[in-house]
Amino acid sequence: MDDALVLRASGLERRYGSRAVLRGISFDLPRLGALVVTGPNGSGKTTLLRLLVGLAAPTRGTLEIAVDRGRVGYVGHEPILYRELTALENLDLFGRLYRVPERRERIGMLLERYGLWDARAERVSAFSRGMTQRLALCRALLHEPALLVLDEPHSALDEDGAVLLDGELVSLAETCALVVATHTPERLDGVATTRLALGRS
Amino acid sequence: MSAYLADVAALARKDLKLELRARDTLPAMLLFVLSTLVVFHFALPADAGEDAAYGLLWVALVFTALLGLARAWVAEREAGALDGLVLAPSDRSAIWLGKTLATLAFLAAAELVALPAFVVFFAPLDASALGGVVLASIGICAVGSLVSAMAAAARGREVLLPLLFLPLAIPLVVGGVGASISPDPGTYLAFLGLYDAVFAILSWAAFEYVVTE
Repeated sequence: MDDALVLRASGLERRYGSRAVLRGISFDLPRLGALVVTGPNGSGKTTLLRLLVGLAAPTRGTLEIAVDRGRVGYVGHEPILYRELTALENLDLFGRLYRVPERRERIGMLLERYGLWDARAERVSAFSRGMTQRLALCRALLHEPALLVLDEPHSALDEDGAVLLDGELVSLAETCALVVATHTPERLDGVATTRLALGRS
Repeated sequence: MSAYLADVAALARKDLKLELRARDTLPAMLLFVLSTLVVFHFALPADAGEDAAYGLLWVALVFTALLGLARAWVAEREAGALDGLVLAPSDRSAIWLGKTLATLAFLAAAELVALPAFVVFFAPLDASALGGVVLASIGICAVGSLVSAMAAAARGREVLLPLLFLPLAIPLVVGGVGASISPDPGTYLAFLGLYDAVFAILSWAAFEYVVTE
């Protein structure tokens, strides 16, 4: 694969039993590119993103990823957090597992930036959906990923949170490759370099 | 190696912390094992002998372990936390080992209550019987953590876990009972040690394939 690329998918197909959720998906993503994936519910956006981060394997086709597992950040439909741990404990656990250098400083900086510092000692089960989504973004950014994969990241965020995320995505697009599945692609007009529209199989 | 052990310690500590907060596994295990021993105490005929009592101890311990294993991956299933562990650059077998150690801690806590109760209600436990309990508990948690992870990913997990776990636990029960009642407990203890070593290595190596599609 070309050194300038972070992802290359050719003829990707994913089946669950006899049902093809994805079929014939091909694209290249440069190292500082941003792929915006759109499509109606059930079109396979989440499945595609799970393939890209390695949580699922394609049934057919090839997928080349020029990034180590530890340099991928992922925000899925689920927040990927422990509900009975506090925000700080969650980030500390994932920071350890991702070998984040100067972990405490990085965690503090992210919690401040996403407006969660005051809630750092509260359990995630006490968080609103919007706060949980912000914390999920903190977790995904903790290890400064080279490839950031976000599944409907604006969902559950209020307007302030969505505007904050829009600004973050603009600055992240300068340092890492982005793949974002969204129902509001216009929010990503400033960063999108490639677009992929999925239809129902 | 030290990074691997640090990951295992962090994951096991997380499980202990979650249990201290939620208290949804250990109290159920303690209540179950105690009530089972009490029921057996009254149900067993006075002339049944100690051998039958040792068999019942193992029934109580295996089902108590099953109760803990059924809840072992609940925190990971909620909110998709397992995806985060699988995506981390650490060795995926560390997830299994951390879970095995945490489950072993819960089972050991249940046994700390169950074994004195057994001595009070039924019969004494000698060193070989205690050795059998220790070795069988390690095997139960090593195999159980793997099969409960498999079951957690499936739709009929409540049915699947006992179907997968109980056949694998039968040799442990045989070894545990044998170590308690046989005149030659060394053979049974060696068998349990071999079972632990073989199944721990298999579980350690297989875990990665259980948590990835």
